[in-house]
Amino acid sequence: MTLTLSRVGKDYGTRRVLDGIDLTVRPEEFVCIVGASGSGKSTLLNLIAGLVPASSGTLALDGVPVTGPGPERGLVFQSGALFPFLTVAGNVAFGLRLLPLSRADRDRRVAWYLREVGLSALARAYPRELSGGQRQRVAIARALACEPSVLLLDEPFGALDVQTKEDMQLFLRRVWQDTGTTVLMVTHDVEEALMLGQRVIVFGCDPGRVAAEVPVGLPASRTLDVKRTAAFQALRVTVEDLVRAGMPAT
Amino acid sequence: MTPLSAAAKTPADAPSEAGRDAWAPLPRRGVRPRAMAGGAMAGGLSGRAKWGLRAASVAIPLAAWLAVGGAGVVDPAFLPSPAAVWAAFLEMAGNGQLASDALASLGRVGAGFGLAVLISVPLGVFMGTSPAGQAFFEPVIGLLRYMPASAFIPLLIIWLGLGEPSKVAILVIGVVFFNTLMTADVVRQVPGELRQVAATLGATGWETVRKVIWPHSVPGVLDAMRVNAAAAWNFVVVAELIAAESGLGYRIVRAQRFLQTDTIFAVLVVIGCIGLLIDVLLRVLRDRAGRWSR
Ligand SMILES: Nc1ncnc2c1ncn2[C@@H]1O[C@H](COP(=O)(O)OP(=O)(O)OP(=O)(O)O)[C@@H](O)[C@H]1O
Ligand SMILES: [Mg+2]
Repeated sequence: MTLTLSRVGKDYGTRRVLDGIDLTVRPEEFVCIVGASGSGKSTLLNLIAGLVPASSGTLALDGVPVTGPGPERGLVFQSGALFPFLTVAGNVAFGLRLLPLSRADRDRRVAWYLREVGLSALARAYPRELSGGQRQRVAIARALACEPSVLLLDEPFGALDVQTKEDMQLFLRRVWQDTGTTVLMVTHDVEEALMLGQRVIVFGCDPGRVAAEVPVGLPASRTLDVKRTAAFQALRVTVEDLVRAGMPAT
Repeated sequence: MTPLSAAAKTPADAPSEAGRDAWAPLPRRGVRPRAMAGGAMAGGLSGRAKWGLRAASVAIPLAAWLAVGGAGVVDPAFLPSPAAVWAAFLEMAGNGQLASDALASLGRVGAGFGLAVLISVPLGVFMGTSPAGQAFFEPVIGLLRYMPASAFIPLLIIWLGLGEPSKVAILVIGVVFFNTLMTADVVRQVPGELRQVAATLGATGWETVRKVIWPHSVPGVLDAMRVNAAAAWNFVVVAELIAAESGLGYRIVRAQRFLQTDTIFAVLVVIGCIGLLIDVLLRVLRDRAGRWSR
């Protein structure tokens, strides 16, 4: 399941927000995008999700051009955007209910994803009863239940406290390894990008573009301790410098 | 700015600090904000106190009415005593007049308000979800809703005669425009992210309307209906005041001809009670539909 972007640009009015984005995400890869605020990271995810049309260039998933939103490209917002009127199980089942599945099949899948995200006990709870971290778990389970070729995450842990965030990072790594889903994640947290990604793309500003690409040569089985290693910290400094270099001059 | 404080600040802080040293201390208000009152801790009023206040809300006007009547300063033909009103009520209730009048009025509201809801809710959802629908319907409905429904009564009698259709029509005119615009507002308040997420999960436009926009809007739509049901209940009485052979409004006009102010009062109280009942029913329905939101 290869995602290919070539010479992708986006204009809002006369303003060029993204320019000449070339990006390939290979099957089962975990790629993180970091960059200054306003550099167009969310815009890029929305383009890939098919929620916003590109102004130029081509986007394709396995050679099929992206023309609109679809369940093969799951998107998770920073807010979670859960359906407040559905229970946790109802949210996870949303995409499955649109497909010709038997009830038993659907229930089995929902139960599996709820267990995967550790929320079986809260299946019948409503979103307002959940903590921020639990909401994001539901949002991720809801997207994964549709078995997307690529999971797009837009600062999914941006609103969480540090401990919950680290929990969620480990959780996301495990889910990625369990399901073999390709992940493209936007974050402003460089440590998070290095902790999770196999590659980090650094965005530059005005117009938004790929400023640099940093391979993360850390061991595949990472725990939080990896953040304390010299190799990790050296990478962090490298990427942070690149992010700063890409920030708009003030 | 003293040289000492300037030395203590980093250069980046200095510009904003320059003015601060010269400011007088910010004055404090003597009052203490009561963050809890009416807010998260509104439950602080005990259940008994609440019911006490509710009882007083009805009892105090009633006592004032009794006092004025008892003092004998007002001609009972203008302001009948509660006892006389009660007697008039019992008489109407006893001879079945009240039930048949109330049913006639309720039947008209049921038909007129029901028809208005059947038109306005789909139209409102369409306006709220489609920019084209909004652009096409908003101006004309925005204009029509400022024309008082009661002013249509003479026209409707010319068009439709004195029978039921003209009364149902007045209700529809009185309710449909407001309910459409209020429904459209509710629908527009569905967060865009929810629509987008539905699309990324594979929902078509119509599926998004059915499975996201509509369930999200139901409590708000019922709230709008509650407001407009009160309006409908008013309109039916007004319509019956002008032209009808039955109904609570008609009963008021009849009573007026014979100066039976006690009957007028009794009918007014009944109108108020039925209206309240409709409101309570719709509120129960709304709270059930909106359990997810509170
Ligand atoms: N709908 C829109 N209309 C006009 N301009 C927009 C629109 N959406 C985004 N932009 C502009 O595009 C630029 C990129 O926005 P975007 O939200 O993609 O940035 P971002 O990298 O996600 O920032 P952040 O890290 O703060 O989330 C911003 O300058 C923003 O003002
Ligand atoms: Mg963003």
